Amino acid sequence: MENLGLIFAPLFSYKLLIVLFFGTIFGLILGVLPGLGPTTGGALILPFTMTLDPLSAIVLLTAIYCAGTYGGAITAILINTPGTPAAAATCLDGYPLAQKGEAGRALGMATVSSVIGGIASVIVLIFFAPLLANLAYEFGQPEYFALAIFGLTMLASIGEGSPIKNLIAGAFGILISTVGKDFMTSIDRFTFGINELTEGIGFIPVVVGLFAISEMLTQSTLINQIFNRVALKAVKLPSIDDYKKTWKTIIRSSGIGSFIGVLPAEGGTVASLIGYAEAKRWSKKPEDFGKGSIEGIAGAEAANNAATGGAMVPTLALGIPGSATTAVILTGLIIHGVRPGPDLFREQPEFLYGIFGSMLIANILFFVLGFFGAKIFARITLVPNKLLWPMIFAVSVCGTYSLNQSIIDVWLMLLFGVIGFFMRRYGFSVVPVIIGLILGELVEGTLRQSLVIFDGNWLMFLQRPIALTFFVLSLIALSFPLIKRKKKK
Amino acid sequence: MNDVHNEKGTNKSLSLFFKSSFIVSVVIIVISSILLYFTFTFDIVPPILNRGIQPATFPKALLILIIALTLLTYFISLKNPWKNEKKLPNSFYITLLSFFVFITVSKFLDFFLGIALLSIIVSYFWGERRVTYLIMVSIIFPLIVFIFFETILGLRFPPGIITNLYYG
Repeated sequence: MENLGLIFAPLFSYKLLIVLFFGTIFGLILGVLPGLGPTTGGALILPFTMTLDPLSAIVLLTAIYCAGTYGGAITAILINTPGTPAAAATCLDGYPLAQKGEAGRALGMATVSSVIGGIASVIVLIFFAPLLANLAYEFGQPEYFALAIFGLTMLASIGEGSPIKNLIAGAFGILISTVGKDFMTSIDRFTFGINELTEGIGFIPVVVGLFAISEMLTQSTLINQIFNRVALKAVKLPSIDDYKKTWKTIIRSSGIGSFIGVLPAEGGTVASLIGYAEAKRWSKKPEDFGKGSIEGIAGAEAANNAATGGAMVPTLALGIPGSATTAVILTGLIIHGVRPGPDLFREQPEFLYGIFGSMLIANILFFVLGFFGAKIFARITLVPNKLLWPMIFAVSVCGTYSLNQSIIDVWLMLLFGVIGFFMRRYGFSVVPVIIGLILGELVEGTLRQSLVIFDGNWLMFLQRPIALTFFVLSLIALSFPLIKRKKKK
Repeated sequence: MNDVHNEKGTNKSLSLFFKSSFIVSVVIIVISSILLYFTFTFDIVPPILNRGIQPATFPKALLILIIALTLLTYFISLKNPWKNEKKLPNSFYITLLSFFVFITVSKFLDFFLGIALLSIIVSYFWGERRVTYLIMVSIIFPLIVFIFFETILGLRFPPGIITNLYYG
């Protein structure tokens, strides 16, 4: 707690403020453009962050994360297409309200509830991350293995889509991480005699392929799609009456979003759906939902932005990403030589609190930019896909090539783009692949080191109380969809 | 997401071999089996140096898990068929083909030329007919990206007929 003052440090660094400003603008642009979003954008910008110091790089990525999550609401409200998956629930009431000629009111409520949700989650992050990091001091290899398994099972059970398909995708992600030289014995695995593969498959070709290139292929199937655009005059601040109607919803959704964000899953997307459903359940006028309810917009938007801070908690405290975008941020930390975990809290508090402070400022910045600039950002959606996607391809190719200067990385990016397209087409989420890839080395490394400690006795895992707790929680997480299905019946 | 049960558009009426759940399951199982075969070709660490498990054990376990879960998904799909996906349009196949054009051109001729060709193919077949926009998207924008990466990040692109001209 003695480090709380460090939160304000970014305010006194013109360099960080400039980075924050550009990160927020870039995040808003990415959020507004359907199919892009903070995950793909973050991955595309990772190579550029190599020119920055570690703090500025992570501040840039977190600003993109916060602003990008909000930016999705602009498109959701004006063209009924969520800019990001997390804004899908915002379409349900945002677009009908905009059609009634109240686009400004809808965007005003989305902006205010996003900011409140975002700031509430950063407060959760500031207080909860150090506590979790302290707890992590008790963790040894078996505990980290159990934790990683818990993360993957949570992702499978509360993520989007079928839990079994999510598990397959997660296992595929871990399998990708086994390509290359085995880190304990230096034996080649799945290298097929290709020298470039001995170092393994990098994160960037996979994430850019699975998100940007697969989206390009998806867009190629939608070239004749016509969007019905609602005109926006100006964003309006919510009226006193709107505040009276929504303040409870905003507080509730901020809590839900922060909690869901902490769990390793698809953070904002799940949070906004639950936030929306709870807003409807507690509303005095649930019949208005889906027809332009202001509470519906507040419930979804407060929750998805609240998930941003929540998802940063396990990312920074344990090195376990809480969402796909935090997986990109985690990669950013690693390539800049910063290892997340309890030691980071002890040894580099100024770095961490700089991130916390920057996230707070990013929330305020996107409020200002969103409020005054939503009309301009909305115009970005006018850029036709036939021009936009070839340009994104050029950036994707050069960005992927730049990290290792390897043409094989570019080919892998294209291969994963095709794999990602077919995965999405047949109902497999690509997010578990990313999380699996990130956690793969941790899962295998801690498993093998644990077995060395236990002298090959698997049952010894059950004699570690924390590990056992995580295994029990994993079982509960896996059985959760079955219980849900039975209840539905 | 796509597990829409017993709704209009599900492919219950299709014969077994044309169901997407069958095709997808077969593809996953065949690829996993091939990879599983390769795990048996991995070098084995002598017992004296072995710490924990053999390097092949973990990938083997993952592949068996993937095969088992795929079979489970398939059997579930017999009861709850997957949604019948729409046929892919020509624009998809052209975009996919442009990837192969990019790979071939960037490998044998020039990286920049590969990007330019892909951009012009995609933009044209997605409906852009204005020459100025085609030039902008296929030459001017890639050139800006190229120069940006080259100067700001100090990146050296692979040699090729156009790139060599730039590097002199």
